[in-house]
Amino acid sequence: MAEHILELAHITKTFPGVRALDDVHFDLRQGEIHALIGENGAGKSTLIKVITGVYQPDAGEIRVEGMPVQMHGPSDSQRLGIAAIYQHVTCYPDLSVTENIFIGHEKISPVTRKIDWKDLHRRADDLLHQLDADFDARTIMGNLSVAQQQIVEIAKALSANARIIIMDEPTAPLTTRESEDLYRITEGLRDKGVSIIFISHRMEDMYRLASRVTVFRDARYVGTWRLEEIRREDLIMAMVGREITQFFPRRSAAIGEEILRVEGLSRTGYFKDVSFSVRRGEILAMTGLIGAGRTEVCEAIYGVTAADSGRVLLEGKELHLSGPAHAIEKGIGYLPEDRLRQGLVLDWDLAKNVTLPTLQAFASLGWLHPRREYAVAQELTEKLEVRAGSVFDLASTLSGGNQQKIIVAKILAGTMKVIILDEPTKGVDVGAKTAIFSIMNSLAEAGYGIIMVSSEMPEVLGMSDRVLVMREGRVAAIMDTAGASQEQILRAAIPAGAAS
Amino acid sequence: MKRAVSLSESFREIGLLAFIVILCAIFQLRNHNFLTLSNIRDLLTNTAILSILSVGMMMVILTRGIDLSVAATIALAGMVSALTVNSFRAISPVLSILEGMAIGTVAGALIGLLIARFNVLPIIATLGFMNIIRGLTYVVSKGAWVSAYQMSDGFKAIATGNVLGVSNPIIIAVAINLAFFYFINHMKTGRQIYAVGSNPEAADISGIPRRRIIFLVYVVQGALAGLGGVIWVAKFASAQSDTAMGFELSVIAATVLGGVSIAGGSGKVSGLILGTILFGILNNALPLINVSPFWQQAIQGLVILAAVLTNVLVKRNSQRFALRRRAI
Amino acid sequence: MERAIRVDKGWSWRTFFLQWEWLLVLIFIAVNVVNSTLSPYYLTLDTFLSTPQTFLDMAFLVMPMTMVIILGMIDISVASTAALAAVIMAVCFHAGLPMPLAVVLNLAVATACGLVNGILITRFKELSSVIVTLATMIIYRGIAYVILTDQASGDFPKWYSSLGWGSVGKVPIILIAFAICAVVFGVLLHKTSFGRRIYAIGNNLTAARYSGVKTDAIIVTVFVLTGLMAGFTSLFLTSRMGSTRPNVAQGYELSVIAMVVLGGVSTSGGKGRIGGPLLAIFIIGFLNYGLGLVNIQAQSLLIIVGLLLILSVLVLNLRFRGRAQRSVPSAPKPVDSSEPTKRIP
Repeated sequence: MAEHILELAHITKTFPGVRALDDVHFDLRQGEIHALIGENGAGKSTLIKVITGVYQPDAGEIRVEGMPVQMHGPSDSQRLGIAAIYQHVTCYPDLSVTENIFIGHEKISPVTRKIDWKDLHRRADDLLHQLDADFDARTIMGNLSVAQQQIVEIAKALSANARIIIMDEPTAPLTTRESEDLYRITEGLRDKGVSIIFISHRMEDMYRLASRVTVFRDARYVGTWRLEEIRREDLIMAMVGREITQFFPRRSAAIGEEILRVEGLSRTGYFKDVSFSVRRGEILAMTGLIGAGRTEVCEAIYGVTAADSGRVLLEGKELHLSGPAHAIEKGIGYLPEDRLRQGLVLDWDLAKNVTLPTLQAFASLGWLHPRREYAVAQELTEKLEVRAGSVFDLASTLSGGNQQKIIVAKILAGTMKVIILDEPTKGVDVGAKTAIFSIMNSLAEAGYGIIMVSSEMPEVLGMSDRVLVMREGRVAAIMDTAGASQEQILRAAIPAGAAS
Repeated sequence: MKRAVSLSESFREIGLLAFIVILCAIFQLRNHNFLTLSNIRDLLTNTAILSILSVGMMMVILTRGIDLSVAATIALAGMVSALTVNSFRAISPVLSILEGMAIGTVAGALIGLLIARFNVLPIIATLGFMNIIRGLTYVVSKGAWVSAYQMSDGFKAIATGNVLGVSNPIIIAVAINLAFFYFINHMKTGRQIYAVGSNPEAADISGIPRRRIIFLVYVVQGALAGLGGVIWVAKFASAQSDTAMGFELSVIAATVLGGVSIAGGSGKVSGLILGTILFGILNNALPLINVSPFWQQAIQGLVILAAVLTNVLVKRNSQRFALRRRAI
Repeated sequence: MERAIRVDKGWSWRTFFLQWEWLLVLIFIAVNVVNSTLSPYYLTLDTFLSTPQTFLDMAFLVMPMTMVIILGMIDISVASTAALAAVIMAVCFHAGLPMPLAVVLNLAVATACGLVNGILITRFKELSSVIVTLATMIIYRGIAYVILTDQASGDFPKWYSSLGWGSVGKVPIILIAFAICAVVFGVLLHKTSFGRRIYAIGNNLTAARYSGVKTDAIIVTVFVLTGLMAGFTSLFLTSRMGSTRPNVAQGYELSVIAMVVLGGVSTSGGKGRIGGPLLAIFIIGFLNYGLGLVNIQAQSLLIIVGLLLILSVLVLNLRFRGRAQRSVPSAPKPVDSSEPTKRIP
């Protein structure tokens, strides 16, 4: 019987309003690379947080090397030899690699209290050498690429004698070539006896590295298979196979002529050669893996950042946007991904938030008419059925769904032609989701062109007329939703590897 | 790749050194008295105080802070020690120095407390304290000066004395720079200062005592300012309530010129020393080539502006470069 | 489903009186009570009309500075701007420029200084307003020194001194000018879309930008206004003193910032009203006067102003604990140069 170095059984974790993990299981054998896959929101990140001690499970048991453990914080998991490497590296960009690895664990001579740099650099270089890094330990962290910084993170884990390393979507920010290097390193780690949990969307990652794969779906454990026993199609089926029980309001919008066209839009380092069009009354879903560049493309269309080349045409006329203010003037609205940081002024009441983009409409020669503002805000919040005491309530007091509605109200306060919604139902409960979908429908019926960025398959298939799939900064596919399947979309979104 | 990276890190130091050499050449051409032993000695002695203070300022700026009160602390510490010497002629110079440092330490501690514990913005805390301390200097001195004849010879020797021909202030400055170099590069707490400035949130999570470190840097800054104050009044043999007026700007200029990033987290001692020397040269040489002293302030300001703008542009460039390498 | 029904905010005597401004009123009354015990001639209309002449010159800066701090930034170059503008005015006047034009030139120079600040801050978003205005503070005064060295320049036409010393009837001209500016700024800040946008930027610059606020334009405008007001300060100060030199208005930036903060405007931005700083002007002004009555020197006033600044910030920090207390009171490091302007360290 193979030895299990890590076992989780009957783990449940609930947050207010949402069940993140529902009686899930997971086990990791000594010296294996075990892939954990599932869609966004399936529960993978929560599981990782439970394993690293950031969250404590509401129910269930964790065993490390057969012994039950209770972790109260990340340092407990570190002591047990568990380390995690995430997509976004938190580091000290101005300090050297050596320092980033050893900060907190410096070897200090007891007499002179001096840091033994020679020793530290040597040990760091050793670790880097083991990982076949192409840079040395004295390099400043900020000068390294993301891929190289990840290697440093792995070195850090090794230096802490981690026996279990969790890699959470490590290849998401990497190019194909950089991923190859990461594969090599990961295999090297396994050969040294480290047990690895590898979370990734990429089929190639999995088939190349892992011996077993576990699938999570909708906070539940679906199954664990040995990779030679299961076909790719079946895996995808396991990831997405579900009844679309969510109610998507009937759509009856008439689709008109083209209203927005994007041609060859590129921004160095973020996306390249993006071209597509949106028609009146149409909902175009933009999907893809995290890091594929969807939000970046939308921000370029909205004028938040400038593209390096390519053009955007609204109603046939080329746009040269000086900023979001200009975009709003032209009739492009945007519901940002991070509604708290980008979408709302939390300390303000609803009405002030709603009227912010269109203040000039409520002012004569600059003088504001608050009564008009509150009246319009009232009207819009009623129309969108925002649940709040009054328009004087602070935005911070609203639930996620209602906050989204306020941002939509904000957009609608102006005269729009195209509306971009970036993950409109993220962090929104089921009831509010339906409401938001209804709003989207009525917007489409009113003749707006709508772009919806979403990672949720049911939503993408249930709400859109066409789907645009982005992959690694490029458009991978544009397809009609009618007749498209989740598998098709996912397959387009997932990067192909070198080997097949 | 490895070589290119380490070259760019030394870029600034090489640039500063080159600039110093060029400037020296220019100044020497315009006035043959520039590179004489006595002038160099003069230059270094004058720069010594600047150097002592820029060490403290570097620590503060590393943690993303700023300190406008250093000159006021110089004035207060200098005034108090001068007054003490005036009343107790026989007091040992060492005690005077300690007295000055004590005053500076208290000032620094109060400021550090405000910033580290009470989350007052450094600009506000030090702007306020700058004036409080200056006001105190005035009050303590009752508006009067302490002049040369009121100071003991021993006191004045703090600045004018020498050991083996090297003047005391230079020795003190060198000692402090060496100690600082050792601390900031080879001791755990010293490195933690960099960490706090580089990524305060990560520092918090890693268990680095961020608040304690921020407190510490202002305390040390204060102590150094106190030391600088005693040397200053000893050197100029006079203590007034407007001693060192505006000097804090010179300190900031020298520090920023030395490559310490105003955004925190980066800066090298070698750069600091070069920057300080360069600034000292400017101060010393400009009068020698008949540049009116009234140009000094404008030049200081332009130096600061040029230094920070250069930093920004260089950083933007390297970011653009990194993005381009990300082949899509 | 609850609908939004009520149309007014709900108002109570308690919330009305529990505001910072009332505390300031109390302090103001206290200061005057103490002053009146120091001098028998204190409580006359004359005192209250003429004393402001001595401190209202810096008051012109308090209003735009309020806007700057609500934006979440700071401007410590205001005193240097005033000095430079005055010096250029004086020098040009003596070079033959007619005085009225010299006055206009003063305002133009000051406004240009503010414009430079605004452009630097919005173009180089990696730099905080602290370091930019620190540099310009030094440069502007430095230029003033280059122009005028350590000389004084005066001998202005008679009518010029009436700016600072003259009255319309019993009311000093400077008081009228101040009142007009106060009203204008009050309206700008509290009643116009411009003011609303300032609060938006101070509250959440990113969200403001995404919501279509032209953040760069507004920041530049605020700094331009600050420059313009520095010009006013410069005019009145020079008129009062009869002459100018490069080191005038020393320490004004401290007093102005202290007045704004004492007025209840939080240094973390997004909050505060104009009333408080306006009251604070008079508190500090009359306090200074009172100190003069007991022969306390100007240097000691610095201590008090410094203390007031720090105490106000402490109290405000504690009051807005959840909101204003950032775990790191320092300039955040930008990741990419397209990220919006940073706050004061």
